[in-house]
Amino acid sequence: MAHIQLGNDSLEKETTTLNLGPTHPATHGVFQNVLEMDGERIVSAVSTIGYIHRAFEKIAEHRPYYQITPLTDRLNYCSSPINNFGWHLTVEKLLNIETPKRVDYMRIIIMELARISDHLICNGILGVDTGAFTGFLYLMQERENIYEIYEEICGARLTTNFGRVGGFERDFNDIAILKTKKFLATFPKVMRSFEELFNRNRIFIDRTVGVGAISAEKALNYGFTGPCLRATGIDYDVRTANPYSSYQEFDFEIPVGTNGDTYDRYMVRNEEIWQSLRLIEQALAKMEKEPKGIFHADVPAYYLPEKQDVYSNMEALIYHFKIVMGEVDMPKGELYHAVEGGNGELGFYLISEGGRSPYRLHFRRPCFIIYQAFAEIAKGSLLSDAIVTMSSLNVIAGELDA
Amino acid sequence: MAIATEKLIADLQSTFGTALSNFEQPYGLLTFQTNKDSIIPVLKYLNENEEYRFRFLTDVCAVHYPATKELAVVYHVQSMENNFRVRIKVFIPESNPKIPTATVLYESANWQERETYDFFGVIFEGHPNLVRILNVDDMVAFPMRKEHPLEDPNRIDKNDTYFGR
Repeated sequence: MAHIQLGNDSLEKETTTLNLGPTHPATHGVFQNVLEMDGERIVSAVSTIGYIHRAFEKIAEHRPYYQITPLTDRLNYCSSPINNFGWHLTVEKLLNIETPKRVDYMRIIIMELARISDHLICNGILGVDTGAFTGFLYLMQERENIYEIYEEICGARLTTNFGRVGGFERDFNDIAILKTKKFLATFPKVMRSFEELFNRNRIFIDRTVGVGAISAEKALNYGFTGPCLRATGIDYDVRTANPYSSYQEFDFEIPVGTNGDTYDRYMVRNEEIWQSLRLIEQALAKMEKEPKGIFHADVPAYYLPEKQDVYSNMEALIYHFKIVMGEVDMPKGELYHAVEGGNGELGFYLISEGGRSPYRLHFRRPCFIIYQAFAEIAKGSLLSDAIVTMSSLNVIAGELDA
Repeated sequence: MAIATEKLIADLQSTFGTALSNFEQPYGLLTFQTNKDSIIPVLKYLNENEEYRFRFLTDVCAVHYPATKELAVVYHVQSMENNFRVRIKVFIPESNPKIPTATVLYESANWQERETYDFFGVIFEGHPNLVRILNVDDMVAFPMRKEHPLEDPNRIDKNDTYFGR
């Protein structure tokens, strides 16, 4: 029942059309929602996406494999190392490359740091959207520390282009290890004070409990994965279901929620941060037991040789030339490989018909699939609750559009 | 509980007979082909079978094969309880790219099918809202088909012949 009653012959309508986006600051990304509003309640929502579509799948069909890594950076740019390694693991599966254990552990350290930074952003912003700015500032400082670790290892911060097919471009230096250990020592204190600010905060609980809830059946039917699915109570995590990069050797837990609402999603993400810290600690300890100096698999035909060797070593120069000029043919094959990204199952469906580029590469982007449920979740809720819901679904425009 | 691949293949073949073909397991993932009339019954069977419980549609996408003038629509479905994935392919002719929609079974097929339509022109019959999703609405081409070049073909400043592109 609408609040405004109009005569039968009126040309006016009883609801208001409201454009949320494409550049609204509360959407944290470039996408539009056309909302039909009855007062402050949403009657229906129509999502329009594609504002930053960059045709990555088309470009990938024309690029050699190592040049696709920077494209994956720009999918979920809050946790680009996971995308990079997901792509490298896919290619390694195609080539049947077995990476040394030390490389696996190094990857786990970086991937879990990336997961922490992804969840920090999501939960920090959720605080901002519910009116609490302080927590966000606490966490941004910690994200900065994570980015400094990236910077030490690969030189970049946001779009990292981490690693190579077969391993890393260079070993972790001492400063990187030191910074990681410092992060492990200082971050729990900050995280605890963040949790003290929010977890039992009356205003935060009022704003998030029961908001944007979705049932487990609905979530599965909508293709939810990652923290949003686990918040509904389903313990599906690619890291345990189909372990990659030696995750099966690690001791960690998969947190689940019960109601699938915004508060549960927040709590699941927080707990995942603690589990990621456990993983990093274990991976650092395991890495130190491995022989030093190994940071890539011995696959000269696919791994770009070090620049120093290219200038002094004939073999390295030949392989460098072959790889860069696309003289190395990839084997034919068809595979699907998934990793647990910040938002859920990030899949790579790759068809290779030989040659230097993929015949077809499809990214299964968790955001894109999760976000289609937004219209149904938002229906009937208050506008301010819909903003909070969108924030906790962690819609990243880059992953939405590819 | 694990699914025995041979048993699943035998069950599928006894239910659908010759509608299924080309059973393969590239990189350990069970793959088979079917036709456009059987795709929804096959998905429905996998979804509703109490033993297999393929309740999760992981991915829908298409692949263009200009040599045979065909489009392949590729479905990945997953049984989370059994931790098992299956890939189903349907080849449809480029001249008549029509296939029934999977939105009757999975809500998640909605946008994925729109994306596939947007890039390959596959028409999912019965889809509630089959319009372009990532490209502009008034676009006429289906850009992921192989005949569309990556760069503007009229440009002369980019000669990639020597790089094998």
